[in-house]
Amino acid sequence: MEKERILIIGGGPAGLEAAYNLAENNYAVTIFEKDTEIGGNIKKWVKLFPDFGDAAEVRKNFKDKVTRQDIDIKTDISINELYSENGKWFAKNSSGNVYEGNAALLATGFETFNASRKEELGYGIYNNVITSVEFEQMYKTGKIITAEGKTPERIAFLNCVGSRDEKVGNHYCSRICCINAVKQAIEFKELVPDAEAYCFYMDMRMAGQFYEELYRKSQEKFGVTYIRGRISEAAGTIDNRIQIKSEDTLTGLPLKMTVDLLVLMVGIESSDSTTALAKQNEINGEYGFAKSVGLHGSDNLTKKEGLFLAGSCKRPLTLPETIADGRAAAIQIIEFLKLKVKN
Amino acid sequence: MEVKKHYWNQYQKEIADDDYFYERSCIRQTFFPGSETTFLRIMKEELGKNIMDDPNLHTCTGIGYHSDVVAFDTTQTVCARIFSLMTDSGLKNYVPSCVTSFGLFTELIETWKHFPEELEKTRENLRKATGREFELPTNIAHPSDVIFKFRKELKEKMKYQLVNKHTGKPLKVVEHIGCHYGKVFSQHSIGGAEFPHVLAGMIEEWGGEVVDYPERRHCCGFGFRQYLVMANRGYSVANTKKKFESMKPYKPDFIVANCPGCTMFMDKWQYTIAEMEGITYDEFGKGIPVLSYEEMAGMLLGYNPWDIGMQTHQVQVESLLDKIGVEYDPKDKYIGKSGNYIGEPEKPENLKV
Amino acid sequence: MKNWGYKISKPRGIDLDTANIKEFDKLAEKVPSAKRCLMCGACSATCSATNHTDFNFRKCHLMFRRGQFENISEELDKCMLCGKCKLVCPRGVNTRAIIYNMRIFLNNMDYKNI
Repeated sequence: MEKERILIIGGGPAGLEAAYNLAENNYAVTIFEKDTEIGGNIKKWVKLFPDFGDAAEVRKNFKDKVTRQDIDIKTDISINELYSENGKWFAKNSSGNVYEGNAALLATGFETFNASRKEELGYGIYNNVITSVEFEQMYKTGKIITAEGKTPERIAFLNCVGSRDEKVGNHYCSRICCINAVKQAIEFKELVPDAEAYCFYMDMRMAGQFYEELYRKSQEKFGVTYIRGRISEAAGTIDNRIQIKSEDTLTGLPLKMTVDLLVLMVGIESSDSTTALAKQNEINGEYGFAKSVGLHGSDNLTKKEGLFLAGSCKRPLTLPETIADGRAAAIQIIEFLKLKVKN
Repeated sequence: MEVKKHYWNQYQKEIADDDYFYERSCIRQTFFPGSETTFLRIMKEELGKNIMDDPNLHTCTGIGYHSDVVAFDTTQTVCARIFSLMTDSGLKNYVPSCVTSFGLFTELIETWKHFPEELEKTRENLRKATGREFELPTNIAHPSDVIFKFRKELKEKMKYQLVNKHTGKPLKVVEHIGCHYGKVFSQHSIGGAEFPHVLAGMIEEWGGEVVDYPERRHCCGFGFRQYLVMANRGYSVANTKKKFESMKPYKPDFIVANCPGCTMFMDKWQYTIAEMEGITYDEFGKGIPVLSYEEMAGMLLGYNPWDIGMQTHQVQVESLLDKIGVEYDPKDKYIGKSGNYIGEPEKPENLKV
Repeated sequence: MKNWGYKISKPRGIDLDTANIKEFDKLAEKVPSAKRCLMCGACSATCSATNHTDFNFRKCHLMFRRGQFENISEELDKCMLCGKCKLVCPRGVNTRAIIYNMRIFLNNMDYKNI
C-alpha cells in the first residue's frame, strides 16, 4: 500500500523536525521551502543562545536527519494556495503546480521586524544603525566593525524594536530579543574587550533556562552596562557616529550618548506566507499569526480538519520550543491519520 | 553624512492647486514683516494663482490656547469665525501662514471628525455670538507646503541658487519645520516629523545641502507659556542653545525655519546668548542668519532683500547675500517703502554686525 | 554681560559622552559584586535611613555608575551602616563595601570640577 503523504509548508526547524518524525513513523513527506536551502531562520544565526551552540551544526544535523528517500524536499518553491477538497489537502505554487497530500502542516515561521518602520531610530538612513540580524551576519566574518571599517569603541543594543509597541501595531513581546542582546553583547565584548557595550531595555525578560545566568555573567564577567529606558531618537553625527537619547528611568534623568554602532534587536513578526495561508483557511489570529484551536492540549490543531500548525507561525517561539512543537505536531498528525483509517 | 534612503516619500499630502484663502499670522508681521507679502507676491506674480488676503481676519487664539489662557470652546468658536469668512469668499482651500495655526486648524478638523457634537456646539456658539455660518475647508495646507508643491516651477524663475559663488559648492542649510507642523499630525506633513522634507525639498531643489545634525528634531523651545513667563525663559532658551551647539560643527551658512515662533527664536536668541554668555555659533561672531522660507524663495527670485524685510533680522544677512552673490544696495537698507529713513537699531555689545 | 532676570538653564540629563564613568570601573575592582547589581531596590526598601530620610542607596550607587557625583557624598552621610541591605540583596552585592568605597573615592576626587 502506498504511504500516506503529509504536505509541510516551510523547511525551517519546525517543519524539518515534524518531517523527520513523520518519516520515522512510516509516512511520506513533501517539504516546500521558499528559499534555496532548508533551515529557515537558523540560517541567519552563527551561535545560538543561551549556550552559544553552533547554528551551522544544528542545521547540518537537521539536513542529515531529513535526507532520506521518504522525505521529498522541494526548495525554491513558494506555496501560494493551500486548500482541502474531499478530505485531501492541496498545495499550489506560483507556477500553478498542485501537490496532493492527506494532511498539511503549516510551518511557515516568522520574519524579523522591518526596522525602518521605526523612523526615529534612523535605520536605513544612517549606516551605523544595524539590526541584530545584520550583527549576526557581521559576526560570521569574525569581526564587528562600523560602516567606515573602524572597530567600535562603544556599541549599544536596543531591545523591543518592533515589539511591545503600539505604534507599529505589535503589542506582544517577541521573547527572543532580550536574551539575544545579552548573547550579542557578550560576543562583542569577547571580540573587543576594551570597548563599552550598553543594552537599553524596558524589562529584561530572562524567562528561559540559563538566560538569567547569562545576563548575570554579561554584567559580572563582561561588564555590559544595562540601562532601563527605550531609545527614542537616534541621529547621525558629523563623524558618522550615532547620538542616542533615552531616559535612564532608574535615575529619572534623560540620558544622551554617542555610540559607534547601534544594534536594533528586531522583533518577530508573522511571515507573509503565514499570514496569507492562514487567512485563506480562516485560521488567522492576532497580528497575522496562525491560530490554533487552543493553547492547552490542542495547540497544533486548527479548526480545519487535516490542517496542523507548528512553530513560530503561531507566535514568537525560541528554537528549542519550535523543535519540540514540530515533534508535537507530528504526533497530532499521526493520531489524526490513524483515526481516519480506523473510521 | 551619507543618507541611504529617502523615507520622506512615505509622507505625502494633498495640496490644492489654486484658489487659496490665506490667513496671516499674528506675530510674523512684526518679526518678519516682509515674509507674508513675499508669499502673496510669489503666488500672484510668479505662479499666477488666485489667493485671497482678507483684511477682516483675526487671531486663531493659538498663542492664548497654547498658553492655557484661552479655553478650547472659545478657540473653536474664534476659528469657526475665520472659516465663516472663508465661506463668504466662496473659497475652500485654507492656507494659514502660521505653523501653530496650521496645527490648531488640523486639530479642530480632526476633533470635529471624531466628536461631531463639538462641531454642532461650535456652530451654535458662532451663530449666537455673530449670526454667522461656516463650511469646513476641503483642503488645509501650510504655505510652505504650497511653495514645496511649486518648487520646480519657482526654480525656473530664480535668479540665484543656494550655491556659494566663491567656491561653487552648495550652501549648507539648517532647516527647522516647527513642532506644530509635523509632530501633532505627521500624516498631514510632507516627510513626517523625523525626516521632514517640506523645507529640505526646497533647499535641495534650489541647489543647497540640508544639514542633518543630531538635534534637528529638537523643539526650538518657544513653547508659548514657557517663553512668555520670565521664570521659564531660561529653559526655553536652553533648547535653542542645544540646537545651536549641535549644528555648530557643520558650519551652516544659514537657517531656514517654517514657524513664526521658531524663526523669531532662532534669530533673536542668538543675540540673547551672545549678550548673556558671550557665545556665538559661527566663525566670525556674527551669528548664523535665519530666514523664513518665503524670504529664502524671494531672495533667490531676485527680490530686493530690503523689500522682503531682511533688514529687520537680528542676525545680519549681508554675509549670506554676499556668499550667494545677491545684488543689493547697502545704502537702501534702512530706507522704507515710502522712501523715508526708517531708523536703525542699536548695535549689540557682543553679537557682531 | 547682560542680565535680563533669568539665566540659560544648564542641561539636566546624563551625558555619557562627558560623564566620568571610569570611576565605577575602579570601584568595581575593589567591590567586584557591584557589577552584578540589578537595581531592584531591595536594599533601599529595607534601609533604615531611606524610611526616614530621602537617602536612597540604589540611586546613589547608580548615580556613581553614571558619573553623577554631585550629591552622593552628602547623601551617604545618612547611611547608618547597619548592613541590612547586604542581607536582602538577591545578587549578593556587597552593598556595605560599596558605601565605604564610594566615600573613599568621593573624598579623593575633585568631582565638583568634573
